[in-house]
Amino acid sequence: MLNTTDILETIRMIDHENLDIRTVTMGISLLSCADADIARSCAKIYEKICRLAEKLVPTAESIEKMYGIPIINKRLSVTPVSMLTAVSGGDPVLYAKTLERAAQTVGVNFVGGYSALVQKGFAAGERELIRSIPEALSVTERVCSSVNIGSTKAGINMDAVGLMGGIILEAAKNTADKNCMGAAKIVVFCNAPEDNPFMAGAFHGVGEPDCVINVGVSGPGAVRSALTKCPDGDLTEVADVIKRTAFKITRMGQLVGKSVSERLGVPFGIVDLSLAPTPAVGDSVAHIIEEMGIEVCGAHGTTAALALLNDAVKKGGVMASSHVGGLSGAFIPVSEDAGMIDAARSGDLSIEKLEAMTSVCSVGLDMIVIPGDTSPSTIAAIIADEAAIGMVNSKTTAVRVIPAIGRQAGEELEFGGLFGSGPIMKLHNDRSSEKFILRGGRIPAPMQSLKN
Amino acid sequence: MKAVITVVGRDTVGILAKVASVCADHNANIVDVSQAVLSEMFTMVMVVDISDLNSEFSGLQNALSALGDTIGMKIHVMHEDIFNSMHRI
Repeated sequence: MLNTTDILETIRMIDHENLDIRTVTMGISLLSCADADIARSCAKIYEKICRLAEKLVPTAESIEKMYGIPIINKRLSVTPVSMLTAVSGGDPVLYAKTLERAAQTVGVNFVGGYSALVQKGFAAGERELIRSIPEALSVTERVCSSVNIGSTKAGINMDAVGLMGGIILEAAKNTADKNCMGAAKIVVFCNAPEDNPFMAGAFHGVGEPDCVINVGVSGPGAVRSALTKCPDGDLTEVADVIKRTAFKITRMGQLVGKSVSERLGVPFGIVDLSLAPTPAVGDSVAHIIEEMGIEVCGAHGTTAALALLNDAVKKGGVMASSHVGGLSGAFIPVSEDAGMIDAARSGDLSIEKLEAMTSVCSVGLDMIVIPGDTSPSTIAAIIADEAAIGMVNSKTTAVRVIPAIGRQAGEELEFGGLFGSGPIMKLHNDRSSEKFILRGGRIPAPMQSLKN
Repeated sequence: MKAVITVVGRDTVGILAKVASVCADHNANIVDVSQAVLSEMFTMVMVVDISDLNSEFSGLQNALSALGDTIGMKIHVMHEDIFNSMHRI
């Protein structure tokens, strides 16, 4: 028999602590759409996406209603588009426009996969695709792009890193009238996961089935609220409380993912165990860290608190789901987290501290607004630093920085919605990294890659 | 198939009767009810069998949430699976 306390706890978590399913993402393989003729290739893509994802949004909405749990985003991820341009040649932006049109037809808010995987070098079509990213993101609204420039197995492709510094800047300039949103839709990865349901870095890896449903959960508010009931417990107790809450949150993700996949007749892929914050009050990862006893996120001790949080979330979540994947860890996107925004504004949270934090949690330097006059080589150097952390620690790291064109450190950039707003962070751009970046080549894979 | 109806708000006369009457209208069989009043806050949890509903599940949900709006209470109707999966291993 169900217990009244449990029932009321679930309702409180949803109503007052912003517990929700952050995204149900359908992954679709576009390999079967590749055609030497780009127009035919685009037509096949449009047809396949509309056929497979036709019922995604209404099905997710009916599950939402049945369980009373909000599903905030319904999204698509597709095979990296560079693989299609390799076959068809032609202008890659045509693919971006096709994806936009298909996303509009099926009613999803984002489609990820305008991507290239170049960790070891550029194959046919990849350089052209990367060069087209700024234009593709300025002529579309729902298309997201990602580029994998490194991995523990392959090392870091520094030519690609150098290229991406300029691409990010150009994407921001092309969308300067829209708060530089273009750059917020590009993620540069090291060790990119192939089943990530979260944007902007989602794409459908080549090892994935033809079509799959992946789910990303959320719930920083529920974790923080559980911790308020343990004000004086030691850190072992804190970890236990987080584990228990993460278990419950993940079970909900598993239930929703399974129900959506059964109704659509599409295999269920993974639950991504991430704690994804939003700018809403009470939905912040920084506030969990502060609840643990750090006065403000960014103070000494933040990295340790985040490491504990990240590990406990995984331990709690892993038993709750039959398949865990994606990024799975706590996210620290500065502009999307009310506590991080405050800490960055007050100067307590610096980019150096954020970089340290990324070595113990999921993702990387995420949604960080930087001065608009930052040079491409400095952006590339930020990417290289972050990729090195991922490569050496066999984990995913990523960079999503937004150069605020025409603005300086201390000012703010307002994106609105889930993207939030970001204070422009100070960089060390008075010192150059240009020579290092211009050397190009490849940083060899570390010893950690030799596991066989 | 069962659903859980929860009603939370300031205690007034006839809440149980009104909720039960909406359930009857939709042919939802009440299998369990528990309620408590703590410092004038009324909390009721009702488990109903929804296998033989005479409308869509959303029809029952909409009717109860409309009732909630009229009597100034928060009424949720959720499939029992969400509670089972969250609180049972």
